[in-house]
Amino acid sequence: MALEEILSVFLGIFTDYTLRYVALGSAILGITSGALGCFTVLRKQSLFGDAIAHAALPGIGFAYLFAGVKDSLLLMLGAAIFAWFGGIVTLAITNTTKIKQDAALGITLSVFFGLGIVLLTFLQSIGGSSQGGLDRFLFGQAAALIESDVINLGILAAFCFVVLILFYKEFKIMTFDSSFSQSLGFPIKYLNALLTSVIVVAVVIGLHTVGVVLMVSMLIAPAAAARQWTSNLKNMIILSAIFGGLSGIIGSMISSTTEGMSTGPVIVITITAILGISLIFSPKQGYLFKYLRNQRKSQISLDNIKTISDNEKENHGNF
Amino acid sequence: MDQKSSKKNSSSENEYSVLIQNLSVTYKTEPALWNIDLNFPKAKMIAIVGPNGAGKSTLIKAVMGLVPITAGKVSVFGKPYSKNRDKVAYVPQRGSVDWDFPTDALDVVEMGLYGKLGWFRRPNSKTRDIARECLDKVGLSDYQDRQIGQLSGGQQQRVFLARALAQDAQIYLMDEPLNGVDVITEKTILSILENLRKEGKTIVMVHHELQTVDKYFDWVVMVNRNLITHGPIKEVFTKENLDRTYQEKQRMSI
Repeated sequence: MALEEILSVFLGIFTDYTLRYVALGSAILGITSGALGCFTVLRKQSLFGDAIAHAALPGIGFAYLFAGVKDSLLLMLGAAIFAWFGGIVTLAITNTTKIKQDAALGITLSVFFGLGIVLLTFLQSIGGSSQGGLDRFLFGQAAALIESDVINLGILAAFCFVVLILFYKEFKIMTFDSSFSQSLGFPIKYLNALLTSVIVVAVVIGLHTVGVVLMVSMLIAPAAAARQWTSNLKNMIILSAIFGGLSGIIGSMISSTTEGMSTGPVIVITITAILGISLIFSPKQGYLFKYLRNQRKSQISLDNIKTISDNEKENHGNF
Repeated sequence: MDQKSSKKNSSSENEYSVLIQNLSVTYKTEPALWNIDLNFPKAKMIAIVGPNGAGKSTLIKAVMGLVPITAGKVSVFGKPYSKNRDKVAYVPQRGSVDWDFPTDALDVVEMGLYGKLGWFRRPNSKTRDIARECLDKVGLSDYQDRQIGQLSGGQQQRVFLARALAQDAQIYLMDEPLNGVDVITEKTILSILENLRKEGKTIVMVHHELQTVDKYFDWVVMVNRNLITHGPIKEVFTKENLDRTYQEKQRMSI
């Protein structure tokens, strides 16, 4: 019986229109954030990703305030502008004051998020029939995705991938050795801005499905999991995209079984499970195989010690 | 070569690979280098020495425009650096990159060719071949597929040198390439550099070990925010100059 239920949820992707878009939207997010998240992780900018995701929230509020309608593209534009703005504010704080980057990120994250919450509750208090549901951007509500949303997300994701493919070589060398790439003449200022921009787009794609609060884990977890299995950047990006996409599909399907369940947390739990499995079972870096290797090593050295002491005993006996 | 240039009554542009005039670099409000006038002559092994925080790394970074210049001018073979980039190879400090980065030795060496490839062009079999050749020159061909974090410190340093060799430049700016390497690696690196010098290339190296300066180099630059002195080892590498360089808290001469 239970198996049948699971199967029907699975088949729902093909038969159920709503579920199809839900799963597709979440997959698009997972693939995009998975691929781009590799750079966030390798550049040690995980917290930066968190800050710009949180900074997107007031953008949604303002976009709604000005437009008065819940037009999905407009909300995304507002979110993107504020996410970018949040990033710039962080940079400005670090560059012009003595405040260190982690503190600057903390400031940006909480101030923008606070502002976002104030705006959303304000919009709710002034009422109106269409303001409801803005809070779904906090934790995501993939069930609310419709066909046009998914098409928009697809276009944004395609843009991200075109940029990533065109500038792969530059992003790679800049991430690995920034000053060397600068010495070769690559304008790292602009490349940085470009990379940040596509990460902002990935964050915006995630608004509907994961929400601003948990978005950062979609950037970090797939990349961290993928790193466990490969030591090649290209493979890491591909694997990370697969992990992200999988967790998006699985997570949105699970959440679709229960009315009103936020998708974000379920997707995040799914990708965290994948990360957990990777940390334990990956052949080169996983805990399990490391443990086994160490066991074997210590067994070998134990045996060696035994043989040596046995030999010594014999020698002593002979003596 | 020397005769020719003296016959020409040569201008500085012909003799020097790098000419630094009146250079000052300031980080926020802290001066890092002050009013440096200096040149790197061609086909020399040049050491840059000075205490910690004296601006040695800043000096070679300033040549490539990696740090904002407050005042002064740098020219490479008579032109601004941006016009002669392809004549300069750079070896940053080993500690400046994350060696856990998911890449292998060959891939890192290939990065030395990204500048020549330019925008949108991908590394190809040709760049692979050049990278392999350079890795071979530093004696690491057996390690080309090794994840860079699995290499020893000396091997990592040689990978960086191979990357610089791939750049096929006239000037090699190196930030402490002998730091923390074993004796064999040090010998390998030096013999490669010596060959480059014989081909007429200029080697400029930030160097920490004072006792090896006169053995390895033929020219020295002594800095402590100000330029203390520069010239042939025999003339300027004296105890007196060393004392002046390593004096506690060098005062700005304004």
